[in-house]
Order: sequence, then C-alpha cells, then structure tokens
Amino acid sequence: MRFMVIVKATKDSEAGVMPSQELLEAMGRYNEELVKAGVLLAGEGLHPSSRGARVRFDGTKRTVIDGPFAETKELIAGFWILQVRSLEEAIEWVKRMPNPHNEQSEVEIRQVFDDADFADVATPEQMEREKRLRAQVEGAQRS
Amino acid sequence: MTGRTHRAIEAAWRIDAPRIIAAVARMTGDVGTAEDFAQDALVAALRAWPEQGVPDNPGAWLMATAKRRAIDFIRRGRMLDRKHEEVAYEIGEDTGSPEDAIHESIDDDVGDDLLRLIFTACHPVLSTEARVALTLRLLGGLTTEEIARAFLAPVPTVAQRIVRAKRTLAEARVPFDVPRAEERAARLGSVLEVIYLIFNEGYAATSGDTWMRTDLCDEALRLARVLAGLMPQESEVHGLAALLELQASRARARVDADGNPVLLMDQDRSRWDRLLIQRGLASLERAQQLTDTLGPYTLQGAIAACHARARTPGETDWERIVALYDALTEITQSPVVALNRAVAVAMAYGPEAGLALIDDIADEPALRSYHLLPAARADLLHRLGRDAEAVRELERAASMTQNDRERTLLLDRAAAWR
Repeated sequence: MRFMVIVKATKDSEAGVMPSQELLEAMGRYNEELVKAGVLLAGEGLHPSSRGARVRFDGTKRTVIDGPFAETKELIAGFWILQVRSLEEAIEWVKRMPNPHNEQSEVEIRQVFDDADFADVATPEQMEREKRLRAQVEGAQRS
Repeated sequence: MTGRTHRAIEAAWRIDAPRIIAAVARMTGDVGTAEDFAQDALVAALRAWPEQGVPDNPGAWLMATAKRRAIDFIRRGRMLDRKHEEVAYEIGEDTGSPEDAIHESIDDDVGDDLLRLIFTACHPVLSTEARVALTLRLLGGLTTEEIARAFLAPVPTVAQRIVRAKRTLAEARVPFDVPRAEERAARLGSVLEVIYLIFNEGYAATSGDTWMRTDLCDEALRLARVLAGLMPQESEVHGLAALLELQASRARARVDADGNPVLLMDQDRSRWDRLLIQRGLASLERAQQLTDTLGPYTLQGAIAACHARARTPGETDWERIVALYDALTEITQSPVVALNRAVAVAMAYGPEAGLALIDDIADEPALRSYHLLPAARADLLHRLGRDAEAVRELERAASMTQNDRERTLLLDRAAAWR
C-alpha cells in the first residue's frame, strides 16, 4: 500500500528560510536510506504559499485567492510517497526522519486510495463512469 | 500486549531484519546462524517492548541485541577453542574487539553488507527454488508461512527448503561476500533472475485461481529498487527495475471487475499507473546510459516502454519492438522470446509473416506444452479470417494452461469466434 507523508509548514518554511546545510545533509541521508530500502516512490518539497494560489469554489462561482495563506500549521511544505506493507511501517519510517524544522511541527501520514478501496463502495455503474471519466481526462491531456 | 505495539515491532522488524542479518553474518560468516541471532533479537523485543515501550531507535536496539548474541556465540567458540583459528579467520580483523561492533553506527557498511546478503541468498550452489525462498526470507522479511502461501506450497516444504538452503551454504563454505570481477557478472545474473522469478510468480500465477499475487510483485519490485540503489553502476540492474516498474504499472488494468485477465491490447490505458511508468522510463534511461550493448532485462524493459509510451494500442511502435526482439533473440536464444517476436512481427508486418515465424518454432521442445503458442496462433488465424482453425487452437491452449481464469478467457474467446 501507498502512503503520502506530508510535512507541514512552519513560520520559517513559509518565510522562505532555506533549511540549514546540516539538515539538508541529514535529509539527503534519510532519502538515500528510503531509496536503498526500496520504499520511496516520489517526493518533493514545496515553495512557500506566497508563491501559490487558491481557487475558492462556491456554487458556480470561482474566486482566485493569491498566497500567502494564514493558517501556517495546516499548510503543506513537502511530501513523500512511500510504498510499504502497513501503516505501522510508514509510521516507523517517519519516526526515523530527521526533524524537518527547528520548531514544533507535525508530519501527517495518509493512505493513498487504490482500486480495492473503491470496490466496496462503488457500484459497477459508478466504476464504469469513473473509467469513462478517466479516459476523457486522458483524451484531454493528449489534445 | 497491545496490537499496536505488536504491529510496531513487526514494522521495525520488517525494515531492519535484512541489515541486521547482514551485519551479524559479516561477524559469524554464516547467514544461517545470523538469522537465528536476528530472530533471537526479535523474540527479546517482543518480550521487552510491550512493558518498556518501543525504544526511540528500535533498529539500533535490535541490531545491538543480535550482535551481542553473535559475540557470545563467538566467545563460546573461543573458549571451546577447538575452532578458534577458524572463527578468528571468519570474523576477520574488524572484530578484534567484538564489543566494538556494538558501538558501530548501524549505518556503517549497511549497503555492502546487504549486497553480501543478496549475493549469498542467490548463490548458484542453491537450487532456484531455494534461492527464491531464502531471498524472500532473509531480504524480504517474509515469514515461512507467507512464502508458502505465496507459492501455494505446504508450510513444512518451504520450511525444509529454507533449512536445507542454509545448511548447503554452510557446508559449501560459501564466503559471505560480493563476488569479484570474473565471477561477478554470472553471480549478478543469478540475483536478477531470482528477483525476476519472484515478480513473475506474482504477476502471472502459474496455477490456482488467483491471477495476481500483489505482495510478491511488490516485494520483487522493492528488491529491484534496493539493488538499483546498491549497484547504481550496473546497467542490467536498472534494466530489471525498469522492466518490473513498467509491468507493475499495468497491474490495475490487467484484471476486470470480476477478476478476469484483460489482454494488453484490450486494457484501459487510463488505468495504467503513471507514477510507475515514469519511474520505469527513468530507470530505463539510466540503464541505457550505462552501456552500449543492452542486456536482456534492459531490452525487455525497452519493449515494455514501447507499450507504456503508446497512449492507444494503435500508437504502438511495433517496428521498434521487433528490432528489440531481434536483439533479445540473439542474446537469449529462447524459444519463448522467438514466439513473442513472431507476435510483434505479425503486428508490424501482418499476420501471415507472424504465422510463418510461429510455424518455424512450433516444434521446439520448450514450446510444446506452452499454451501461449496456440493462443498466439489462434489470434493470427482469426485475423486472417480462418476462425475454425483459430477455435481449435484456442481449445488446445485452454487444455494446456494451469490457470483457471486464463482457461475461461480462452474458452470464452473460442465461443465468440465459433
């Protein structure tokens, strides 16, 4: 199963303060360990929200809100996608991560949906619609 | 004990078992005893952690405990003194003071030790089955029960296989090491083969009614990724990783909602896993950069990439696939590869050309009981409008396959063409 490991933002990360050389090296070693264990599928760090935007949905209305955003601790600063056998294994890997910030912060672990998760809740018609939708999205990306 | 603690111990064990076994094997020179000591450490953890709590660094705890057992064992050997010299030789110079080993950072030489462990588990002195079982056990952290379930084999059979494999390694005095230059290529071939076999066992289950055994595929893929991290300069390691990533990218599309297999050309490509495709193509590029003459896994990866790059079946570059199969046939001399090449030729240059090639190889002993040969013939006969012959070939194929679902698929198609 796959998990997304989400590093939350801090005041520093939102201010665009780059991590120390020491932390970069520690993270590099940690990433290497993930690679060598064959569990790291993907991972990226994100720029501060000041370089992002939000689109607010309200009925048919769409409003663009420019960053930065206020609720720092709820923002995302980076993520990994891990392939492991259980939530516990993901937790164990996350506990081994160097502290990503020099203030208190949280790292969130969320399981990525796979087809089996939908099988229980989706009717065959819904699955079929989802399939068509995916095909259309693919078509749109191609054109 | 709470379930949570138990699962946390299992998770730490799964992550750390291979490197603990590897580190201890470097001290004792024997993977069999190394695994015993690692298991001892796990038992100690199961006893201690529920009361004391899981330590901050469970990996280091397990490693130190296992190493301490190994040191006791070596000391006992010294006191007995009979095998003194032998042990001193086996543990090498860096254990002059055994206690030092405990204080070593657990990161030290992890890569090298793991490589030694992989090469030892895949040693050619062992039968293929033994290599597969031992690799899953020592490197995958799978229990004997899990391996037995994955291979639909009785637990005692697998347990015996593992015990015998360890004994064989000890008796043959297989050194715990990564082979040197001359031997290295052949031994690496054995390692890649084992990983490939594990993947295939999961990908196309040869018997029983389960089409895919995802855990085996995941584990093989993980091992290929591990190896690519440990041997970044070996083209074929990346080639194998590319092949497995690309094959696995199609896993979701390979079975329909009822669990029946869906053939490559009929698959809903929007369900292919883009992340794995991207990883597979990246691995392939690395493999190709490292050498001028592509090896068999890289060639197969390159063929899989032709499919991955085609957004629709019609966009498939069959001429390139034929060229890649030409190169692959030359290296492997395998009749199965020749059959796949014939199918590619039929796609690139028409069914008659393919059929002629299949008829050339139909009498190969290796293909006589291979159900995919009549299945491929049937497909080409159908495209030529010779449905009566096609149906006969499908029925022949159905009588040859061991996989229930595949048999159903073949017979359904026969019924549709009748």
